[in-house]
Amino acid sequence: MIDKVMVLGSGGLKIGQAGEFDYSGSQALKALKEEGVETILVNPNIATVQTTKEMADRLYLQPVDASTVERILEKERPDGLLLGFGGQTALNVGVELHDSGVLKRYGVEVLGTPVDSIKDTEDRERFVNRLNEIGVRTARSRACSDTASAVEAASEIGYPVMVRVAFALGGLGSGICHNKRELELLVDHLGIVGECNIQYALSPDSMDYRVIEVNARLSRSSALASKATGYPLAYIAARLALGRTLEEIPNKVTGTTVAFFEPSLDYVVVKVPRWDLERFRGIEKEIGSQMKSVGEVMAIGRGFEEALQKALRMIGTGMHGLVLNRLEFDDIEYELSHPTPRRIFAAGEALRRGFTVDRVHELTGIDRWFIYGLRNIVRMESELPSLSSNMDEDILRRAKKLGFSDFQIAKASGIDMDEIRKMRKELGILPFVKQIDTLAAEYPAETNYLYLTYNAGENDIEPRAGAVMMLGSGSYRIGSSVEFDWCCVTGVQTLQKEGYRTIMVNCNPETVSTDYDICDRLYFEELTFERVMDIYEFEYPEGVVVSMGGQISNNLAPRLHRMGVRILGTSAEDIDRAEDRNKFSSLLDRLGIDQPDWIEARSLEEAARFAEKAGYPVMIRPSYVLSGAAMAVVFDRNTLESYLTRATEVDPANPVVVSKFIEDAKEIEFDAVAKDGEILVYSIGEHVENAGVHSGDATVVIPPQRLYVETIRRLKQASRAIARELNITGPFNIQYLAKENRLKVIECNLRASRTFPFASKVLRKNFIELAVRAMVAGDVSPVEGSSIDLDRVGVKAAQFSFSRLKGADPTMGVAMASTGEVGCIGTDMESTLLSALRSVGFRMKKRTALISTGPLSRKPEWLPVVRALREMGYELHATSGTARFMRMNGIETETLRWPNEKGKPNCLDHILEGRIGLVINIPKNNQEDELSNDYLIRRAAVDSNVPLLTDLKLAQRVISALRSNDLDDLPIPEWDEV
Amino acid sequence: MTTSNGDTPGYLELQDGSIFRGKLFGSRESTDGEVVFNTGMVGYVESLTDPSYRGQILTFTYPLIGNYGVCDRELFESGNVQVKGAVVSSLSEQCSHWEAVSSLDEFLGNEGITGIEGVDTRALTKHLRQKGTMLGRIVREDDDIGPFNVEDPSLKDLVSEVSPDKVRVTKGEGPRIALIDCGAKRSIERSLLERGCSVINVPYDHPFTDLEYDGVLISNGPGDPMMCRKTIANVKRLMEMDDPPPMAGICLGNQIMALAAGGSTYKLPFGHRSQNQPCKDLVTGRCVITSQNHGYAVETSSLPDGWREWYRNLNDSTVEGIRHETLPFMAVQFHPEASPGPTDASGFFDTFLEVVSNDR
Repeated sequence: MIDKVMVLGSGGLKIGQAGEFDYSGSQALKALKEEGVETILVNPNIATVQTTKEMADRLYLQPVDASTVERILEKERPDGLLLGFGGQTALNVGVELHDSGVLKRYGVEVLGTPVDSIKDTEDRERFVNRLNEIGVRTARSRACSDTASAVEAASEIGYPVMVRVAFALGGLGSGICHNKRELELLVDHLGIVGECNIQYALSPDSMDYRVIEVNARLSRSSALASKATGYPLAYIAARLALGRTLEEIPNKVTGTTVAFFEPSLDYVVVKVPRWDLERFRGIEKEIGSQMKSVGEVMAIGRGFEEALQKALRMIGTGMHGLVLNRLEFDDIEYELSHPTPRRIFAAGEALRRGFTVDRVHELTGIDRWFIYGLRNIVRMESELPSLSSNMDEDILRRAKKLGFSDFQIAKASGIDMDEIRKMRKELGILPFVKQIDTLAAEYPAETNYLYLTYNAGENDIEPRAGAVMMLGSGSYRIGSSVEFDWCCVTGVQTLQKEGYRTIMVNCNPETVSTDYDICDRLYFEELTFERVMDIYEFEYPEGVVVSMGGQISNNLAPRLHRMGVRILGTSAEDIDRAEDRNKFSSLLDRLGIDQPDWIEARSLEEAARFAEKAGYPVMIRPSYVLSGAAMAVVFDRNTLESYLTRATEVDPANPVVVSKFIEDAKEIEFDAVAKDGEILVYSIGEHVENAGVHSGDATVVIPPQRLYVETIRRLKQASRAIARELNITGPFNIQYLAKENRLKVIECNLRASRTFPFASKVLRKNFIELAVRAMVAGDVSPVEGSSIDLDRVGVKAAQFSFSRLKGADPTMGVAMASTGEVGCIGTDMESTLLSALRSVGFRMKKRTALISTGPLSRKPEWLPVVRALREMGYELHATSGTARFMRMNGIETETLRWPNEKGKPNCLDHILEGRIGLVINIPKNNQEDELSNDYLIRRAAVDSNVPLLTDLKLAQRVISALRSNDLDDLPIPEWDEV
Repeated sequence: MTTSNGDTPGYLELQDGSIFRGKLFGSRESTDGEVVFNTGMVGYVESLTDPSYRGQILTFTYPLIGNYGVCDRELFESGNVQVKGAVVSSLSEQCSHWEAVSSLDEFLGNEGITGIEGVDTRALTKHLRQKGTMLGRIVREDDDIGPFNVEDPSLKDLVSEVSPDKVRVTKGEGPRIALIDCGAKRSIERSLLERGCSVINVPYDHPFTDLEYDGVLISNGPGDPMMCRKTIANVKRLMEMDDPPPMAGICLGNQIMALAAGGSTYKLPFGHRSQNQPCKDLVTGRCVITSQNHGYAVETSSLPDGWREWYRNLNDSTVEGIRHETLPFMAVQFHPEASPGPTDASGFFDTFLEVVSNDR
């Protein structure tokens, strides 16, 4: 009898393993609860919905690795273990625990697909053998364990070949199947129970097709499939793992049919990934067989063109659809034959320039059918200019059916966008609301899953009164991730508790907020002004919440407000007073609150003049940005000039903000909720790293451990003054710099911030619940209890994906580079810091360190750290300058040569050969973008999976923590134990 | 009327007066029939050429139709297009597939069949689901065709229109199966030939005298099973023989066998036309996803002694197969030959042929 089940999560979001596992884990926990099973969750990702206390009976915000999970198993003694809901991380841990006999020792049964079957799918040789058993021909491939055998195999197979790594994201193994029956046979034969993902390669000119790989777990594409079809794969998979059969499980969407069926769609879905490659220096821009995207969107329509243009807007990179974007292409043939995130737009442009469908097909390899679709859009674009002379209803209607936005139509025709909207409404050209019901309308369905389309003639539903609309966060991207989904989900749940019906608008298939059982009505739609207005004017909700979904939804506030939409919480005017730099700056001056000097420069000379006056270094950023896109710190006039000419434009139409960069300052995160300007609850988060590391990449501690009481007092006073002045109702976040008790405000956002779930979970005060109640409930009182004097401490650490981003320099700077985060809660700062770091992969195989501490001026600061390592018995290696300095100060280290120096011993070899357990490397200059020696060392550390510290403050804390803690035997407190 | 850009506006008019506007494609002439819908996402060529759709106007709920064009006739389910009209949301003007020999528009034009595109097929489907299948006509906007007066195809003997005139034999090494062709999909014959059978196609009214065979398979076909009086009578006679041959039925064949055994059939409100119907084998408990196309069903309570319900639909609990407890008679309401749709149920042919082999 299975009474107690442990679910393994996937940890911090990284490329290849992202928000989809919050969706799948949350669904699994719900299904287990429905079956009356006690649940234990292990997942350090504190920003997720699944790590909300109510989701699992017992919650471990702990690293998902074999040794930690083993200790939790020993403590909890569950009957069953679910491995299919935490991505490759969970699967690998499960296989390791199985092989080492741990599962057997503790009597834990792996539920769902058995470990042997998992191995059959993960190990290429076993996979091929298993296929052979059922007479399925296998593709030409060989397993190799070293380069020589790989080269030999490749010459035997014939180039091109694809190399795949076993037990990795992206999987391996290939086989051939000729029809669906063989595939089903394959799945039966492999013994899959629950969810499984199979990738095919289909020949475009014969019936031949092959199996590329089989994943015996939920995957990113299964989250997509789930959202695309309305079929709750993860929920069903969890129930199957407990021994249910499909015919016993009802189809929750229709309510009248069973889960045993294949969904039938009467709409089209287009998924487009979101890449953020431009954020990384040195990175290869081409996309290929290795995943590089950080998120994705899904668009639904009743035509390919419609869904495609919607999707291209949804990714949120400033594109308006396929055409009418501000893009330039120099060598269009090259762009077509070398895939990058821009290629789809290049294909549109090529057709516009007269390329034939066949030519675009030849250059891209994309099936002609899709290119015909692109051509339909391009042809429509050429018809639009005639709208300016006569408002041709037919053209307008056809353009909307092909997915053109009012903005695109306005741009092509020269007619004002608001005018287009007005005319459209007069002519009755409006989108229709359709349901997704899994059965293409064959049976009646009580589904709340909706989308809008112009390719229709009637609405499936009627508007319903008493609703509040919540705008979601859109595609995950660097800077906006699962934390905003937690905010949206929590917000919706609070609205429901307050008696409101809820309408969710979002377009990200990886989210929990787009699950069928979260809100009363889900519009899987664009988060654009036009589409939000379309939904608003159909539903006429009582109000709209824009402050939970991050910057995208927040940016819509002013325009929605101008159209008469009721924005709940802080008013749109006040949001603007915080967003507009000039207005906010004079507001701070009036309140007597300090800020770093800044200027909005309209020319290079203006920027340089300011920098001379304020003194270098200065920080540069374009206006209205999220998470430091194109932000940089420059230390002298040369770099200022090169940055402003190469990395960004500066002219009267595109001003840049230049501000004084304050060195050696602490950065502090102030998150709070207010009602009518009075603060109800707050949290102070202390950055471990000094200012200069983006808050998304920084290690953050709540409550603060090393702030002066005076600093905290001043911080609260300043924040109260700002909250009152802006008459804030709802969530807000202020970032401060502190140096010797002097505070400066860097930024103020009148919305939920990245740290809201972290703060809520550490303080055990639900900030979002309070924020929503502040917006809609009459009487909300401030929360009792200190936010500073706590018996527990939380540490948030950033999850980077550098190993997936070939070429990228793994450093931290003012521009955010991490793709996710984790947060651990414990009873002391040091062990909790190590738990958090361990959760993002900080594991030492050897007590040897390579140290290279940057410019001479900063080296003295490192002496205590290096001494501590020595005292702990670490074998120390250093690059020449650092070694010399250490020797002068009485610390002997082995000198290793720089990567570009000839002779041995060389530090690169040491790292790559596994002789180094820890790398400390301080970038000499954050903005240096040539391939330097330092870069090679950092890159080697990331590629060899060796822990890398690049920040002095963090290194100091980590080394100090290691003196009193064993990284392999850290405390593993359960949620209720701290 | 054809507009300057080559469009031919038209509309679909239903028995209850509902109008769905769009533009015509294919032969672009007015047409009429019984309006039904199919929720399959692929296989429009198979569906259009499936004789079970005889006399019907077929609505596709999947919004993109024509993407992969039309393949060679070899792959059709019968020699011709069987539907009287097609209703689609978005018709692909251009198609892309290595097997395509023409676009759907061209093809239907050559075949003299009219389609209408640009219709909100979801709205139409919901309408039919709520009000039931009904008669309708596709009309050219400029066509003055008078008041609604559409002949109900289910009152016609449609089977006689689609059944062959004479016996045709395709030799194989294995058992000889007499296929009573009431408008059989070619994939049924292909399924038997793949398994090595000799297939003797016989007309729906073949008396079964002077015929050598090891087993009988009654095919699918169009219309109301009650119209197939001759076939029912012949099947009844075979069943009542002292040593009856192994007999199987598919779709209409299932209904004919039930009627021949003394059971009854009834018309479903909107039929089962899709590729995702879940059915359970009540003997083994095994479930299969099936391809279906039928407007009528066997009444469970009407099954005479000795017969039992074999398969049941998990969505609406209707009969999906019947089997005799002692005699070698079995039939399924779904399509084990798939085409289009899932092949989960193809084991039906093996089960039947095993019975035939044991009987030999």
